[in-house]
Amino acid sequence: MEINFTHHQSAHCENGVISNLMKHHGYNVSEPMAFGIGSGLLFCYIPFLMVNHAPAFTYRALPGIIFKRFAKRVGIKIKREKFKKPQQAKARLDENLKNNNPVGLQVGVYNLVYFPDEYRFHFNAHNLVVYGKENDTYLISDPVMETVTTLTEKELEKVRFAKGAFAPKGHIYYPVDFPKELDLEKAIVKGIKHTCKDMLAPIPVLGVKGIRHTAKLIRKWPKKKGVKKANHYLGQIVRMQEEIGTGGGGFRYIFAAFLQESSKILNKPDLSELSKEMTLIGDSWRDFAVDASRIYKNRSAKEDAYNHVALQLEVIADKEEIFFKKLKLAIK
Amino acid sequence: MKKDEVPQDKSNLESANFKELCYAVDENGEYTTVNSSGWDPKTIALNKAIEDINERVEDAKQRVLNNKTSPIEYYMEFHKMDLPILSSYVGLWKWRVKRHFKPKVFQKLSNNLLIKYADVFDISIEQLKDINLHGN
Repeated sequence: MEINFTHHQSAHCENGVISNLMKHHGYNVSEPMAFGIGSGLLFCYIPFLMVNHAPAFTYRALPGIIFKRFAKRVGIKIKREKFKKPQQAKARLDENLKNNNPVGLQVGVYNLVYFPDEYRFHFNAHNLVVYGKENDTYLISDPVMETVTTLTEKELEKVRFAKGAFAPKGHIYYPVDFPKELDLEKAIVKGIKHTCKDMLAPIPVLGVKGIRHTAKLIRKWPKKKGVKKANHYLGQIVRMQEEIGTGGGGFRYIFAAFLQESSKILNKPDLSELSKEMTLIGDSWRDFAVDASRIYKNRSAKEDAYNHVALQLEVIADKEEIFFKKLKLAIK
Repeated sequence: MKKDEVPQDKSNLESANFKELCYAVDENGEYTTVNSSGWDPKTIALNKAIEDINERVEDAKQRVLNNKTSPIEYYMEFHKMDLPILSSYVGLWKWRVKRHFKPKVFQKLSNNLLIKYADVFDISIEQLKDINLHGN
């Protein structure tokens, strides 16, 4: 059986699933809109979490939280379930498909066979939509892919029950209740306010302060950790910033697109100006990635080079601080 | 980033025949989406990460052959895992898995435990015991 579901490619998996499911139910919500209302933008250094033998940095909110906030702010209800047994998880999925209901699933990437090998890491917060089943093959709409794809029962079970940090445990979710009309205006204001709060938070590893903290770390790495590790860590930052799903510039471009769309909905030209500013900040992040890649490309980088990229980050932090203060005022 | 500035560099995406989506502004300053085939700075970062993993795998392999560690560590590195990930896959405490890295302890592992590890790595018990039988 196949549900009549339209696949739209998106930059990021979670926003993409939200946007695609909403469109399926007749609400035209773009990817940047889902991202902005869900307050997806962030910067956070997570010192106690090691990913691929390097400390974790993230440019977005925790997995799952974007959809949660989005749903609460526009007034839709989502049903979510996790399972202990794969059989139960499969039964619930089949039941929904039988009822013509496409569902979102959280999966691990490592065993996702249609991904290029190089991209298959133990990352467990990927999202996709299942929109049908033919014999023992599930029809999959993975938002980051250009077209739809398929997974066998066994393959799907493997990715739904991947283990490690953020283990999905068969996590299945779908919207069940919608308001008559989406109240986007209020939701946008709430989303922006939350993002400003996060980015300006007085916590050393979060937001603007987190960026400055990271700059300090970069200066220390070559001496403290040695050039090899320093380069590995620096590569990790760039990968988190530019990996598939960020839309480029560590989600800054998607956020700028959100501000542009919001300025029309709220009729606030200020936001359109701020969108342009955010685009420039995104460009600065891209420049940082280019210069950082020069360092880890040739192993014998000078210490000066690390100071240079650290300085770039500090300039970005200053820009973002000014930006989010202005944004906070603009939305008042 | 402007629409025509979206990088179209060669990358590992080519093998899977797909392009990722980027956000950029068009001539009128309006946001739009553009497909990108890849961008060198991140391709380099990814390749570096893979190089590092290959180094770790090779290092583990040598240590297994010199009887410094058990094949479990080699297969763990081969599957891009670390200790917390492997221990959650086999459902054992981290310290137990770590102990199984010792060749002497590994020799005495029960069949049940060996099956557990072999299942996680998707290999036979013979392959688990002898990494020379492992393809690649």
